[in-house]
Amino acid sequence: MAIEGVDLVKAAAFLGAGLSMGLGAIGPGVGEGMVAAKACEAIGKNSKEAGLLTRTMLVGQAVSESTGIYSLVVALLLLFVV
Amino acid sequence: MDPVTLTKLAANVGAGLCIGFGAVGAAIGEGYTAAEANLAVSRNPKISGDLFKNMLVGQAVAESASIFALVIAILLLFVDSPGSGEIKAAALFGAGLSMGFGAIGSGLGSGFPGGKACVGISRQPAVSSRLTTNMLIGSAVSQTPAIFSMVVALMLIFMDFSTQPLQPTWAALIGAGLSTGMAAIGSGIGGGLAAGASCDSIARQPRTAGQVTTTMLVGQAVAQTPSIFGLLVSFILMFKSFPAATSVSASMALLSAGICMGFGGIGPGIGNGMTAEGAVRWVARNIEHAGDLMRTMLVGQAVAQSTAIYAMVISLVLIFVV
Repeated sequence: MAIEGVDLVKAAAFLGAGLSMGLGAIGPGVGEGMVAAKACEAIGKNSKEAGLLTRTMLVGQAVSESTGIYSLVVALLLLFVV
Repeated sequence: MDPVTLTKLAANVGAGLCIGFGAVGAAIGEGYTAAEANLAVSRNPKISGDLFKNMLVGQAVAESASIFALVIAILLLFVDSPGSGEIKAAALFGAGLSMGFGAIGSGLGSGFPGGKACVGISRQPAVSSRLTTNMLIGSAVSQTPAIFSMVVALMLIFMDFSTQPLQPTWAALIGAGLSTGMAAIGSGIGGGLAAGASCDSIARQPRTAGQVTTTMLVGQAVAQTPSIFGLLVSFILMFKSFPAATSVSASMALLSAGICMGFGGIGPGIGNGMTAEGAVRWVARNIEHAGDLMRTMLVGQAVAQSTAIYAMVISLVLIFVV
């Protein structure tokens, strides 16, 4: 089987897409988990403010989600555009 | 290289990686248990016999992950499963990777409840049986990702893939091993974090034990999902029959699908475990608001789960679309 240039580029793009999304998922997963753990702690200490704390948690998680979404976008670009 | 030598080569390398990686997690986890047990004995030397017993039981459960890896390594070395050739070689290598990576998280995670239960017994000898039970439940759940990895490894060793085309089946089989194996790392550690916190909490607030165990189990169940996604991708890679490919890119897409789901499961598994750890700890301290805490835990875990879902989507696109 002869390996051609175009095929090799496509193979590298697929491998890159998998690595991008796979490695990119590690950070947000751990980071958002830490946010949620501290939100539980905060609600345990001051449960009157549960609504406010849940909102803060969700906004914080959404921001740390952004790098995961960048990985997703780059993976989709590698799969369908490049 | 002739097919028999190639198959033997792959089996030997796979066996080495399997028990090599597989020994990492359990050793650290058991070391943690023993370290905490020392602390517990120094705090309450009168019950050192009970503490010693609890330490050994906890360590035995953590050990099981690396025993699974040992079993798979021995199977790879000594059992002649049918067939030889490139596809068989890929399957055996994938089996070694699956079990080797898969034992890391469970071994490490199961060490936490063992250690915390020892410290808990030294603090509250009256609830020692409750603590041992909780430790065993928690560490048994932490072992499930290692069991998933063992299932995938056994299937890769004993199933017959020889009717499939070499391109791209070799990549699908290595990908199948990586997917479950690496995704199991996160779930194993995460489940262990939740179990450790629950043993700690039951010792501090024994009257909340029932609610604490329930919260732990719910949290652990969510923390297991990334490894279930990994298992799902592995099953698709093993059971879908792929058409013969003439290009490298078709093989690379399947290998990449396994790598993507494997790495992608690590972070969310650990993150979900951290969330469950926080929730369990505060359910014990503030039992009146257990409902609020459970709800916040589940919402937080769902968001932390999202990147594992993205990874699964990209894996499925790599398998079915491109």
